[in-house]
Amino acid sequence: MIGFRTLFYKEVLRFWKVATQTISAPILTAMLYLLIFGHVLEDHVQVYPEVRYTAFLVPGLVMMSVLQNAFANSSSSLIQSKITGNLVFVLLPPLSHWNLFGAYVLASVLRGLAVGAGVFIITAWFAKLSFVAPWWIAVFALLGAAILGTMGLIAGIWAEKFDQLAAFQNFLIMPATFLSGVFYSIHSLPPFWQGVSRFNPFFYMIDGFRYGFFGQSDVNPLTSFSIVAVFFVLLASLAIRLLKSGYKLRH
Amino acid sequence: MAALQIVDIEKRYKSLQALGGVTLSIQQGEFFGLLGPNGAGKTTLISIIAGLSRADAGSVAIEGYDVVRDYREARRRLGVVPQELVFDPFFTVRETLRMQSGYFGLKHNDKWIDEVMANLDLTGKADTNTRALSGGMKRRLLVAQALVHKPPVIVLDEPTAGVDVELRQTLWKFISRLNREGHTIVLTTHYLEEAQALCNRIAMLKTGKVVALDSTSALIKRISGSQLVLRLARGELPDALKPLVSHPDELVAGRKYTLRVNEYTDVEPILATLRQAGATIEDMQLQQADLEDVFIQIMEGEK
Repeated sequence: MIGFRTLFYKEVLRFWKVATQTISAPILTAMLYLLIFGHVLEDHVQVYPEVRYTAFLVPGLVMMSVLQNAFANSSSSLIQSKITGNLVFVLLPPLSHWNLFGAYVLASVLRGLAVGAGVFIITAWFAKLSFVAPWWIAVFALLGAAILGTMGLIAGIWAEKFDQLAAFQNFLIMPATFLSGVFYSIHSLPPFWQGVSRFNPFFYMIDGFRYGFFGQSDVNPLTSFSIVAVFFVLLASLAIRLLKSGYKLRH
Repeated sequence: MAALQIVDIEKRYKSLQALGGVTLSIQQGEFFGLLGPNGAGKTTLISIIAGLSRADAGSVAIEGYDVVRDYREARRRLGVVPQELVFDPFFTVRETLRMQSGYFGLKHNDKWIDEVMANLDLTGKADTNTRALSGGMKRRLLVAQALVHKPPVIVLDEPTAGVDVELRQTLWKFISRLNREGHTIVLTTHYLEEAQALCNRIAMLKTGKVVALDSTSALIKRISGSQLVLRLARGELPDALKPLVSHPDELVAGRKYTLRVNEYTDVEPILATLRQAGATIEDMQLQQADLEDVFIQIMEGEK
């Protein structure tokens, strides 16, 4: 237990020591999205009745920040440790695969939520929000962060170079988040793309999260929750298997 | 029970056979040397002991605990100083050592951390970020990290490569003390005089196989006697002495000859033969065989 706690602490300290880059910068980015998209689309787009576009956008941006930063945390920590070689400090001690999984993912969740909270606090000034179901907000934020933290862990284990990790991020994570309904409701899409969106697990995370605010969503939140939970269990078992086998970590 | 039991370890990297059946049993309290040229498989073997690599066949146990099956118990008993100069640039020396203690499940370890830092002359750098350390200081930190949990078995993979005399002395003083206190030490090094001075027993590895395994003194005795190095000012080496020349090239080059002698009493007849042949000696040295000679002989003999 001390081993796990120490690794968790180290992972938190790692991003906290460079908080300008790991927390402040993504908050600023999200604010720019809100200002620009909100300004341009405020009077043209109405997704739900009685919800202004800027208000619709806020939960999407918060969730997008949570997801992207949870992913960035575990993946960048692992790839840096692998490339500089200091991963041996974690591989030599008697830390189990559960310890490693728990510490990396939990630290990622914390970073994701810290950035998400920051984005929320700042963007909430620009929009009138409601909180219909706060529990759903918490559940989807936590699960979403855990999923992306786990994906970051898997990507960090798999990647051998920074460009491989960047490819994972740019060709998988970025499109999946942007096409998940952060900026729009999938009901505004042509039927074909609506169908495609339903295969994107990120869509359910953001849709369920938004339901917590407005009580309105494209999909029933329970359905979203089930899909997201199953997705997490699948990813987590994959990550734990990789850690246990020592895939690409213990040659 | 052996401190370190290595049985039939095999490891292959694609077409390269890195280790081809290595078996070693190292007892508690030994100062054991693992020698061999680059690429002999020393670091691969250490990686397998440390759990950083998985063997294709065979097993390694640390104080009876298998490094794969009982990896947590095994790793608690092992401290490894890796060969690469690695560090985590986010933290200071003290933070690094506290965290390393935590990974091994230790809380409130500051007393021992302070002692390790003092013994390795790191105390002055306790609050310095690892990024700002010199190469030698980074090496000290690596050694300290391997010792935070007072492991009964300590493995040092070329800890003195590119390190100044002062650190070497500090390091060996501390490691020898730990050895006297009962810690088992396994050392790889390219400095053979270091191995000769420190190790009680030595294994030599070549292309993944153990080619010699004996006590240091027995290994040195393998090279019978000493060598008499002669430089002649005038005259030729008499034919009677030519069979004693240990490097055939010298017969071609002339003037300088290295002759094998078993005992000191062999020297006088050689000098007499030279005198009779009318040769004059310009310079003469009697050299004792050392580990380096044994090393070269064994490595060449295994070609």
